[in-house]
Amino acid sequence: MTGASSWSFREEDSRRIEGILKGFLGESSARTALIVDRTGQLVATIGQPVAFDPTAFASLTAADFSANDQLARMLGEPEFGALFHQGEKESMYLADIARRVILVVLFDNATTLGLVKLRVRSAVQELSQVFNDMFSRPETGAGAPQVESAFLGEAEDEIDKLFGS
Amino acid sequence: MSMINYASREINCKLVYYGPGLGGKTTNLEFVYNKVAPTARGKMISLATETERTLFFDFLPVDLGTIRGFKVKFHLYTVPGQVYYNASRKLILKGVDGVVFVADSQLERMEANVEAMQNLYDNMAQHGYDLTKIPFAVQYNKRDLPNAAPIAELQAALNPGWPVEDPSRHRLIPDPDHPGEYLVWQQDGQWIERAPHFEAVAATGEGVFDTLKAISKAVVKTLG
Repeated sequence: MTGASSWSFREEDSRRIEGILKGFLGESSARTALIVDRTGQLVATIGQPVAFDPTAFASLTAADFSANDQLARMLGEPEFGALFHQGEKESMYLADIARRVILVVLFDNATTLGLVKLRVRSAVQELSQVFNDMFSRPETGAGAPQVESAFLGEAEDEIDKLFGS
Repeated sequence: MSMINYASREINCKLVYYGPGLGGKTTNLEFVYNKVAPTARGKMISLATETERTLFFDFLPVDLGTIRGFKVKFHLYTVPGQVYYNASRKLILKGVDGVVFVADSQLERMEANVEAMQNLYDNMAQHGYDLTKIPFAVQYNKRDLPNAAPIAELQAALNPGWPVEDPSRHRLIPDPDHPGEYLVWQQDGQWIERAPHFEAVAATGEGVFDTLKAISKAVVKTLG
């Protein structure tokens, strides 16, 4: 392997994930579910729109999860599969999905940690299946989506404009 | 690992600024934050100590706009320079698409530079990445200081080059930023390639955008 492998998130993936998470949010009465990849990029947001900067939130979530992964190893655990941060009104529950992405559940006093934990288990299993399928499919050859050929030239022009030519 | 999100039509690329402590990595990001159009940048996040030393990372998202139907974003990260934060340095490299090594040009920082460069290669290898195969640039910062080492000396110590194995790249490739110099050349019968380098004074912004432009273009090329 030379660099980090690229992966793509397609519309059909989005629909499958949305279906799973909408069901989970309904059953658990949690407000919002976000999917963040381990490198800190936001993949999807389902449920109530968030009031904060989702890009910054995603990078901090990935850092939080990675730091806790290292702490787990120091304790002799292979990982902490889930994390919980409790606030006075707002809380968040984070769960690992297929070792590649993180499910973040935001919830308030309309529900309880117990209910969220109970309902999240099957959502994690279903999402793991979706992401395992996604990461195992080839990203080259026929059928793989591509950026248009004119993309590179236009991207370079935009880089010159934004960062000064 | 640039992620192409066809559902939200977004492409996100991760650029990491690496290097020895107090070399100017955070200063690079701060200059970008202050100079780039406010509409094109997100919130800058710094996880720093009370004395403003980077504890975990700085993060700055920059939005390139919509190109051919895709919103393209660069996520700029710095790592902590201090050696004892190596665990967090390694974490930030996960999924990196392009690396900028910010070297401190001062003569007395030579050893710290070399140590940080070695540490970068080691940490990349532990993730299974090969620094010679992904977009990589070296920035020699603090060129304005009287004790700055000559560029040739810095290049020899930090960016001497690596053997080119791919025969299709066995040809002279000029360095577009330094006339008369090459990024790929032959030496004693061996083809050698080295990372593009830039001189900078990050505190005044000199060289900051030249470096960023080069690394972001190199990263965009990998998407095609």
